[in-house]
Amino acid sequence: MLSYVGRRVLQSVPLLIGVSIIGFALMHLAPGGPLAVYTLNPTITNQDIERIRVVLGLDQPVHIQYLKWASGMATGNWGFTFFGGRPVLGVILERMSATFLLMGSALSLAILIGCTIGVLGAIRRYSVFDMMATSGAMVALSFPTFWFGLMAIYFFAIKLGWLPSGGMYELGEEDNAVDLMRHLVLPVMVLALVITAIWSRYTRSAFLEVMHQDYMRTAKAKGMRAPARLLRHALPNALKPLIALLGIELPALFSGALVTETIFGWPGMGRLFVDALNMKEYPILMGMIMFTALFVIVGNLVADVLIALLDPRVRL
Amino acid sequence: MRLGVCGRFRRHPMAMFGFATVLVLCLAALFSPFIAPHDPLLLDTSRRFVAPLARAGFWLGTDELGRDTLSRLLYGGRISLTVGLVAMGTTVVTGAVIGLVAGYSGGIMDTVLMRFVDTMLCFPQIFLLLVIAAFVPPSLISIALIIGLTSWMEVSRIVRAEILHLKEQDFVLAARALGASRWRIMFRELLPNIAAPLLVAATLRVASAVLAESYISYLGYGVQPPLASWGNMLTNAQGYFDTVPWLAILPGAMITLTVMGFNFLGDGLRDALDPRLRMDN
Repeated sequence: MLSYVGRRVLQSVPLLIGVSIIGFALMHLAPGGPLAVYTLNPTITNQDIERIRVVLGLDQPVHIQYLKWASGMATGNWGFTFFGGRPVLGVILERMSATFLLMGSALSLAILIGCTIGVLGAIRRYSVFDMMATSGAMVALSFPTFWFGLMAIYFFAIKLGWLPSGGMYELGEEDNAVDLMRHLVLPVMVLALVITAIWSRYTRSAFLEVMHQDYMRTAKAKGMRAPARLLRHALPNALKPLIALLGIELPALFSGALVTETIFGWPGMGRLFVDALNMKEYPILMGMIMFTALFVIVGNLVADVLIALLDPRVRL
Repeated sequence: MRLGVCGRFRRHPMAMFGFATVLVLCLAALFSPFIAPHDPLLLDTSRRFVAPLARAGFWLGTDELGRDTLSRLLYGGRISLTVGLVAMGTTVVTGAVIGLVAGYSGGIMDTVLMRFVDTMLCFPQIFLLLVIAAFVPPSLISIALIIGLTSWMEVSRIVRAEILHLKEQDFVLAARALGASRWRIMFRELLPNIAAPLLVAATLRVASAVLAESYISYLGYGVQPPLASWGNMLTNAQGYFDTVPWLAILPGAMITLTVMGFNFLGDGLRDALDPRLRMDN
């Protein structure tokens, strides 16, 4: 097992290098390069810019710049924001818990509902329920998240007045868990919709794949009842592609969170990203791109290790 | 009973629904200058916020500047579909070439290209899209290219998998024995054989490209006003949301309908063209 984990970690190294090269290239793609923000400032002369260029090492060859930047990233020095000069990594980590609360709640809810629908659909394939569930999932996948969010705000916050239309807390209620829950309901519902649709489709096909295997027929022949067959034989085998899906869908989850946070004014990393975009805060943008990509690499690594724990064949 | 591709497709109600939707939307976009009752950019502040069906000639009402919503939806659809189709073309060409070269060459070429694909898949698409869209001056072509160049990875994986299987077949050996060059084998022998999965992937990519365009236009980095796209119509509508909700409901419904149409069409094509590929064989 340990050697498998070691091999799998080594496989992530080229990915890390690839991600860092693309991130670095993007930074230099910014109009005017990393110094663009200073060139717009009338109080900064050309000599000043030249001096900043030398101080930041931007006069050095590209590969030296890359190595310096990459070692900075590795040691947690992700640069500083243009406005306020705060460390980028700190600013991102500050927003992390809000995003993870939103993504975690939506993902748990989506997996719970999606898997249930998927398993029921697989058991009763081509039933009315199954037909409705598969078409419904397709319709849900076609909803633009931001539009669904706006509609949810319109009905539940404006028309019915049941729930707050945005934010994370009412003023002065920062420690009130009930208030937090009330603010969570709509964003979680909106973010969970598409994920639920994806999970119901994958669970359905994963279970259908498993249910026609020989070992399922054998279990049935030896007199095992249907619920026990599903739980003891189908579930562990169907679980593998679903755990892999968890890793594969991480980037989409971040994308969904960005849109959801923007609509609901949720103070997380997605909102930070859009604000940084509007303020041309390139260091934060680059930091966020790198943060999400690194998180995706680690997430996929964890998913693969979990699969190896479930299935000894993978470890070989 | 054996049915041909068309027969299987016609027996698939959702696929026919998707086909009809896409057909109507494409015709509406193509002929919007003839169908649209008004100029979509014509301002008239004497008729702001007309409700749908409230005044003859403005069947879907008017927006905050008195522009006719129906005309804007038609012209916006033209923009959204154009961006979607060009982005799809970029995705399919890039993905097919990379998948073909990686699958047919094998060895180091394959490893390098596929690691590049893995790397690109680590980035959440919206993040990449927004950053690049903020760097590049927005135009219809640049938006379509950015969407295409950030979403070709899955296509290249599909193509590579097909090629790995196909290149072991006798007709490739025969072509090689006849002295065909690598490029001839890749593009004249192998490519036509993956037309079916490529067509399915292309249809589904239009759906996600239309969705991506609406996201970045909604956030202000896509199609720029006064040009209407369904995404930026929603941005405007958001400000008057509590009093005139139809301005937000209509463009969103059009995006949903379009994306749904292409999704159902792609799914139906997959079932019809290659029953092996069905999700639930």
